[in-house]
Amino acid sequence: MNIHEYQAKQIFAKYGVPTPRGIIANTPAQAMTNAQELGGKIWVVKAQIHAGGRGLGGGVKLARSIAEVKELASEILGMTLVTHQTGPEGKLVQKVYIEEGADIKDELYLGIVLDRAKEMPVIMASTEGGMAIEDVAHNTPEKIIKVAVDPAVGFQGYHGRELAFGLGLAKEEQGKFIKFAASLYKLYMENDAEMIEINPLIKTGSGDFLALDGKMGFDDSALGRHPDIEDMRDISEEDADEREASRYGLSYISLDGEIGCMVNGAGLAMGTMDTINYMGGTPANFLDVGGSANAETVAKGFEIILKNPNVKAIFVNIFGGIVRCDRIANGILEATKLVNVHVPVIVRLDGTNAPEAAEILKNANIANVISATDLADGAAKAVAAAKQAK
Amino acid sequence: MSILVNKDTKVIVQGFTGKEGSFHAEQCMAYGTKIVGGVTPNKGGTEHLGQPVFNTVKEAVATTGATVSMIFVPPAFVADAVMEAADAGITLAVIITEGAPVRDMQAAKAFATKHGMMTIGPNCPGIITAEECKIGIMPGMIFKKGNVGLISKSGTLTYEGANQVCKEGFGITTAVGIGGDPIIGLSYKQLLPMFEADPDTHAIVMIGEIGGDLEIQAAAYIKEHITKPVVAFIAGQTAPAGKRMGHAGAIISGGAGTAAEKMAALEAAGVRVVVSPAEIGKAVAEVLSKK
Repeated sequence: MNIHEYQAKQIFAKYGVPTPRGIIANTPAQAMTNAQELGGKIWVVKAQIHAGGRGLGGGVKLARSIAEVKELASEILGMTLVTHQTGPEGKLVQKVYIEEGADIKDELYLGIVLDRAKEMPVIMASTEGGMAIEDVAHNTPEKIIKVAVDPAVGFQGYHGRELAFGLGLAKEEQGKFIKFAASLYKLYMENDAEMIEINPLIKTGSGDFLALDGKMGFDDSALGRHPDIEDMRDISEEDADEREASRYGLSYISLDGEIGCMVNGAGLAMGTMDTINYMGGTPANFLDVGGSANAETVAKGFEIILKNPNVKAIFVNIFGGIVRCDRIANGILEATKLVNVHVPVIVRLDGTNAPEAAEILKNANIANVISATDLADGAAKAVAAAKQAK
Repeated sequence: MSILVNKDTKVIVQGFTGKEGSFHAEQCMAYGTKIVGGVTPNKGGTEHLGQPVFNTVKEAVATTGATVSMIFVPPAFVADAVMEAADAGITLAVIITEGAPVRDMQAAKAFATKHGMMTIGPNCPGIITAEECKIGIMPGMIFKKGNVGLISKSGTLTYEGANQVCKEGFGITTAVGIGGDPIIGLSYKQLLPMFEADPDTHAIVMIGEIGGDLEIQAAAYIKEHITKPVVAFIAGQTAPAGKRMGHAGAIISGGAGTAAEKMAALEAAGVRVVVSPAEIGKAVAEVLSKK
């Protein structure tokens, strides 16, 4: 789960990680009041969406008067912001963060992610703040300093020194920076974060370090022990269909092809998409019905797949282990009663109770349902059916 | 022969009396697995499925001599269960539970390693030595005895792969579902040498997916150390970047962990890489007939 910049900064504040002062606004009038409350002469109006690259997309603007804050807030609120991370459809801006202007002397980068190979969190720092870290990693990897921290012992002084010397900080700057990094590590661990990114982390004219931006993502498996973070969930940032699917224990991701897929298991679901692609078709979605699939969840799966107008055929590919094939077969029957399944459905059921399932489908004799013997046969039939539908 | 587990392996179940634990323990026993007891705190001294229940893993190990534990406890208690097993002298823990927090697994795996305990999973189907010992949730009937070792991040692709291998007239020595979480126990790099050393394993199937770099590490290892033929499939060639594809670890982040880079690395290591899982069986038949 991801959160907004202003929410990340609330968590930063709790841990003593310094940020500029700011207040969230839903309306231009509120934006103006916020700017007055903050005081000063310069404000930044920042679109709050779950994607990077907001500045380049026109979602972060500088205001030099209270009137300009209002003007910019009305411009940004309600706009559809397109960045390299939102996809071409962009994201609707519903909130703006009004922040006091900062005296930027230098821009750095600081982030923490899990290093899967080392199996511990790694702190990454760079002098190349304000640029996409992926580009820095690609073009000038030597400009990224990486320090892995063993959670069994936690953040030590030497971790801080390696980062500070790596960034070329002056002696009098090191203490403040190391405290900053140590606090960030603490909040990463205590909140079960998956990633934190501060880009840029600025050095001010007075020698302070401030998180000018803040991006955080959390381990979904750990949200149960962090109700305060679960409360920060912004459902408008999530795909409505994916969310609905998850309520029924289905894992769904929409894609831009023509063949709907319903599969058990994430690996087989991806393998099914790959096979469709290999045979000259295009998958319309990823859908894992999970280990406890029943008639209701399968019917729901059909409903969600068929919401996509591009779907010309559906391939149901089940290898029953825990999932019993007869349950899936009954689910298909149920679905055809509840949902108008107007496209051909190719069904391959193998594994636990497959013969019973075949019998159920045969006896039901539903128009539109085509049986397949194995994965290759099913994918080929689905691709052919989708081509025919054009 | 086989790797890690066989018909003599003594297994206990942590979370023995729960719904999932009971159901699958019973299935494993029906397959022939020597389940010698289980652990459920406060149910010690009772009997379940005809086997003794203990309050602690230590007691269970002392009484039964079990060396392997199959873990079914709820996600929030997985780390505790793994560490208890390691401290009690269990040598292999097979963690079936899905949804254990990553931070917990960091600590649990580090602790297990320190105590010399191997782990498989979490969020995996388990391990099976065909027609001898099943420790997990896979449908046992698919796995016919034979000469192919299988390592897979995905449960259903394990079944798909094994089924195809058997349909081609071959069979399985041992199949290990290693799981698709960001932090897992035994991986390709540790399991490949075990299959290399097993005289009954003549070929190895490895099934990977997007995310992380375990398959790349495996490719480097295969190039240097593996002489047996390897067939590989990497799921997620058509997966979009930045999206988590079902498994917690199946995500292309920052442009890294793509199927294409893993397939290229494996191919460069001399592995027979197939583009669809539907080709696994045929590819195994091909590499085995060339020998």
